[in-house]
Amino acid sequence: MAFACIHIPDFMLQSLVRSEPALRGSALVLLNGKPPLWSVVAANTAALQAGVQLGMTKSQVTEFCNVEIRHRSEAQEKAAHAALLDVAWSVSPRVEDTAADTIVLDLKGLASLFGADENIARELAQRASRIGVIPHVAVASNIEAAVLAARGFAGITIIPAGEECARLGGLPIRTLSTDVEVLETLERWGVHCLRELAALPVLQLSERLGQNGVQLHELARGARVRSLVLAEVSLHFAEELELEDSVEELEPLSFLLGRLLDQLCARLEARALAVRAIHIRFELEPSFEKDVQALKDESRKKNAPKEYTKVLTLPVPMRDSKVLLKLVRLSLQSDPPKSPIQKIVMAVDAAPPRVAQSDLFAPKGPDPEKLELTIARLAKLVGETNVGVAELLDTHRAENFRMARWTGSANSPQKKTSKNRKKNAVLRDDAKSLETRRVASGFRVMRPVIAARVEIGEARPVRVCFAGMQGDVVAASGPWRSSGEWWQEDGWDQDEWDLAIDFGSRGCLREKDANAWPQYGVYRIYYDAPRRNWFVRGFYD
Amino acid sequence: MAASSLAAALRSKIELDLRGRVLSPFNYRDRNIFEIVSTGIPEIDAAVGGLPRGAMTEICGPPCSGRTSLLLSALAARTADGEACALVDARDSFDPHQASTAGVALNQLLWVRCQNADQALRATDLLIQGGGFGLVAVDLSDIAPKIVRYVPLNAWFRFRRAVEDTPTILMVVEQEANAKTCASLVLRLKAQPAEWKEAVAPQGPVRDLRDLVKYSFARLLKGFEISADVVRSRVQCANDWPSTNENVANEFGSKRTPDRAGVFEAVAM
Repeated sequence: MAFACIHIPDFMLQSLVRSEPALRGSALVLLNGKPPLWSVVAANTAALQAGVQLGMTKSQVTEFCNVEIRHRSEAQEKAAHAALLDVAWSVSPRVEDTAADTIVLDLKGLASLFGADENIARELAQRASRIGVIPHVAVASNIEAAVLAARGFAGITIIPAGEECARLGGLPIRTLSTDVEVLETLERWGVHCLRELAALPVLQLSERLGQNGVQLHELARGARVRSLVLAEVSLHFAEELELEDSVEELEPLSFLLGRLLDQLCARLEARALAVRAIHIRFELEPSFEKDVQALKDESRKKNAPKEYTKVLTLPVPMRDSKVLLKLVRLSLQSDPPKSPIQKIVMAVDAAPPRVAQSDLFAPKGPDPEKLELTIARLAKLVGETNVGVAELLDTHRAENFRMARWTGSANSPQKKTSKNRKKNAVLRDDAKSLETRRVASGFRVMRPVIAARVEIGEARPVRVCFAGMQGDVVAASGPWRSSGEWWQEDGWDQDEWDLAIDFGSRGCLREKDANAWPQYGVYRIYYDAPRRNWFVRGFYD
Repeated sequence: MAASSLAAALRSKIELDLRGRVLSPFNYRDRNIFEIVSTGIPEIDAAVGGLPRGAMTEICGPPCSGRTSLLLSALAARTADGEACALVDARDSFDPHQASTAGVALNQLLWVRCQNADQALRATDLLIQGGGFGLVAVDLSDIAPKIVRYVPLNAWFRFRRAVEDTPTILMVVEQEANAKTCASLVLRLKAQPAEWKEAVAPQGPVRDLRDLVKYSFARLLKGFEISADVVRSRVQCANDWPSTNENVANEFGSKRTPDRAGVFEAVAM
């Protein structure tokens, strides 16, 4: 039985560098505490070499040149820890969440998938580096030995069974995670490394340090055995970014969003999942353009944070961060936040990725990811409600449809249903008697409807005037009465007519309308009883 | 000998310069051979073969001339074959109910409701660049001809180039043909006056209905007879198309007398 441990040294700093990769390589200092009592809680090697010490105040640190100063973000650490767990779950289902910077995996049964323990350790290191952190990975026959090796040795360490004591012996006593007082006591005894601790007699050690001493002795020998405490699998994927300076424009914002999306997509890839929906939340700062009254109202709300939320639901799960960024950008362009952004929180709903198994005989349709991007661009051009597919509603109202989202699900040739067969049979029977083939006539709708002036003679329209044109009615068919939903405010009560109108005899009333309408056409005109007026709904074409 | 070696050197230099941009600059490529699909109207298919893929087709005619009937028929035929289609509606005049009656599978038709010609052209560009659609129909019927006339020729060239070598049919419906040589097939439609189904007096003792037929408006709209003329066709079929009018297939000029391509009837439903 073997266990692997992933440990992230300088976890606070690495989680920050993960969010801001540009900081990698520069002297970095992390401050924590309540303002103005900020003090240094972490500093990387470059900063320490420059003279920075832990516990320094912010004013002392600002004296150093070329040292980047950042504030500790628990949200970023939480996200980095979640990402680390995702890496572990991508390799083994048995994972222990040992500490924020340490994860232990059970490697039992993984040899058939990854090969030897070295390969598994290398794979873990590669996957961890993909999420933006540089890990220490150790493999040992028991959990505690693996944890100690990962904390003490850089890079990849493999400890064969039986060699734990020899390999761990050189590690300093501070590697053990126990009380500081116990460690100081051991140092006063002259015990500085694990080998020296392992050489002490157990009985005398237990007399002086109690049960804790025995446990430390076992740890130093690499002989302590315990069972794995399994972590509960989580499907919550979220990343946060607190900004030092607020962002107002979309261009710099898209860089930050792209970074978050990259991180989320890397995590999802580790879990073999894809994005189904993106939830964006911005915490906004009050805009300077607000008037005094608005500021007063704001102050009354006792620091109520202003938020901007956006949910982007995708028709198919996708994991391409570039495509997702374009979609988010287009969505934000159409509805931008009103104030500068202080904090970004991005969460995604995960779903299994789309299985691209198309029908052998069905024609190839548009690529769903590309099409979603095209639809988003079209929505930006013509408006979100003006792109999609029409869905017919079960009503007799004239505009009996609503716009729905394109799903592109139906991509197989239509089956010949009995309804279609019946319709085609009727058309064929009618056509048999004629030389020509019949197709359904087209009808063009006027949106909005045009008001018309109609003269009635012999109980039918005889003359129609609309849109600067007037003509005689050559033939009429109607009235076709339609009414419904009288109990609602937008109920309708109409008398429809199909009118063949000849504009040639009377012509146009205005010069500019001369070519707008044909000399002859069949129009659908209706009398709206509630409004007591005539309207043109459209014409046959 | 010297001339031939010079020509060979020149040829190799041109090929070297165009490497990566043009695959084989000296190989003639016939751009007029298209895959043809049905319009859904046998008369039109018999006359012009159908709609060419990877090319632009213009359907023109005045209002009430049957353009929408042909458009719906083509959309119905494509969606029935399981293809995804897109309709760019320049003036938001598409009637989904009538389209459904004509057999269009609405769940496979992406409808873009524009407000003007500029939006429509931009939307068309996006859809063609996106790719994957079997038919992209651009309905400019309700845009005044003088506005469509001002669409620069390079826009039409851009559309033609974008659909070239793709399985997409680009169909533009308008009042006048404007794409000039960019269109591989141009059809002009014309409708005859509407036909009406007169009410017939019922046999038997029903007196009230018999009284009703004395009114002239007691009738139903039956339909229209629509004739289609070929203004221009540079379509040569890739498959064995039984060309009924070979002269049309090989015609490239635009000043010729239009051929009567086919007559069909659109019935009111």
